[in-house]
Amino acid sequence: MNRLAITLPGLQLKNPIMPASGCFGFGKEYGNLYDLSQLGAIMIKATTLETRYGNPTPRVAETSSGMLNAIGLQNPGLQGVLQNELPWLEKFDVPIIANVAGSETEDYVEVAKEISKAPNVHALELNISCPNVKCGGITFGTDPAVAKELTAAVKAVSSVPVYVKLSPNVADIKSMAIAVEAGGADGITMINTLIGMRLDEKTGKPVIANKTGGLSGPAVKPVAIRMVYEVSQVVNIPIIGMGGVTCVQDVIDFMSAGASAVAVGTANFVDPFVCPTIIEQLPGKLDELKIDHISELIGRSHRV
Amino acid sequence: MIIQDLMTIGSQQQIAKNIFEMKLTGKLVGEISSPGQFVHIRVSDSFEPLLRRPISIANINKEKNEMTIIYRTEGHGTQLLSQKREGDIVNVLGPLGNGFPVEETSAGQTAVLIGGGIGVPPLYELSKQLTAKGVNCIHILGFQSDDVVFYEEEFAALGDTHIATVDGSNGTAGFVTNIMSELTDEFETFYSCGPMPMLSAVQKAYVHKKGFLSFEQRMGCGIGACFACVCHTNENATDKAYVKVCSDGPVFPAGVVQI
Repeated sequence: MNRLAITLPGLQLKNPIMPASGCFGFGKEYGNLYDLSQLGAIMIKATTLETRYGNPTPRVAETSSGMLNAIGLQNPGLQGVLQNELPWLEKFDVPIIANVAGSETEDYVEVAKEISKAPNVHALELNISCPNVKCGGITFGTDPAVAKELTAAVKAVSSVPVYVKLSPNVADIKSMAIAVEAGGADGITMINTLIGMRLDEKTGKPVIANKTGGLSGPAVKPVAIRMVYEVSQVVNIPIIGMGGVTCVQDVIDFMSAGASAVAVGTANFVDPFVCPTIIEQLPGKLDELKIDHISELIGRSHRV
Repeated sequence: MIIQDLMTIGSQQQIAKNIFEMKLTGKLVGEISSPGQFVHIRVSDSFEPLLRRPISIANINKEKNEMTIIYRTEGHGTQLLSQKREGDIVNVLGPLGNGFPVEETSAGQTAVLIGGGIGVPPLYELSKQLTAKGVNCIHILGFQSDDVVFYEEEFAALGDTHIATVDGSNGTAGFVTNIMSELTDEFETFYSCGPMPMLSAVQKAYVHKKGFLSFEQRMGCGIGACFACVCHTNENATDKAYVKVCSDGPVFPAGVVQI
């Protein structure tokens, strides 16, 4: 028995650990450091219909136990990803979750339709929560009715299951989750970054050129845990949890809160080997907790 | 190959105002392929600060598996690094990026090396390698003031060395460009590392010469995955619309990066 194996819509995960979108590029840089087949899955960087350069620099700023970023969805566009990025990943035995972003419904639909046909794309992650682009992204992620409609439109054309990535920058995350489930989402990924700002000590002006950026890293973990805890009790679709995961205990916490799998984001920048390290340490942690299979952890925080 | 190494501090000393020189030993040194590459250092075991600090390599001794880094204490991260002592272990990722092409200058030719402030350190290893192969190196080093000047004698031992300070407290008063305009232009290549305005002025002054510039940008991962350190490129200079300073650079041929 593989004590770490988890089955989710479209995904046979050999373990529940995957790098989060935007923190792993399209895998090449990390593929030079270790065998990507060790990973449960890979959430690749957001793909938009057209090539995007992204925001001006500075794009990142460090904060207490975290960082702000405003990259702005830089990516080579749908054709670039289909022709150059995804084929390169085929040599690894790992399912790809393609993050899909856009400015309008038509963009999302077009990208979802095409990218979901790629042989190694086993699921889509609908990015309705990027805080760093002017139109699209987060506007779809803050209104439940709009999110539901977009989910349904993408679901209608996708050849693979669709997960929707939720933003924490909302008054009521539960209503967003319920809405995307009603729209036909097969799963939820959460959370995206929290909108923040850092000011330069000398000038008093925002450090990041975009002024605001998305906060990630250990600082956001309590917010993410709370939201996974809440959402997992109001929907019947699985959650891939993320937000400040850096170690094996964080994975246990997210699964206990209600996540069925866990993504690692910013920690990849601090320790590029963090994902394989966590995977290696998980069996020992299960022994310590006297748990046979990792799935036993899911939702134990609120199970009666 | 990029590795994560737990390196041992052989020595740490302050060599000028807020400027520290640290010697580190470990197998990572064996992986360094060219001068101008850098390392990404975790300055703390906690998440405060969270990210690594990119620092250039100033000197390599492959026989002793030892490298020297020179850095300026500017913020919390480099302050923490400066408090480490001989024998401490530091988590270092590297070597990263592509360094200066030593092969672009032949034995018997002359190269001008222009550095500004904390951009000076990588030029030291570069000059060592160039002079070792018989290149005549001329160094032009710019600093704010005399109290932050470092490695003046070390560079002088390798070739002609000219110092400029903004306040005139050492060498020529003004910028490296003041020295450049006084010097011969009978040289084959130039190599430069320093702040963006300096790189821009150097590139402009030596527009007809073959040169290589090392850039600095705020970085996240240091390996090319996060897209924090991108720069626009000049049209027709490359087939790419942008470059990542950390993994495509930090050294680029003059004219490639928009400055």
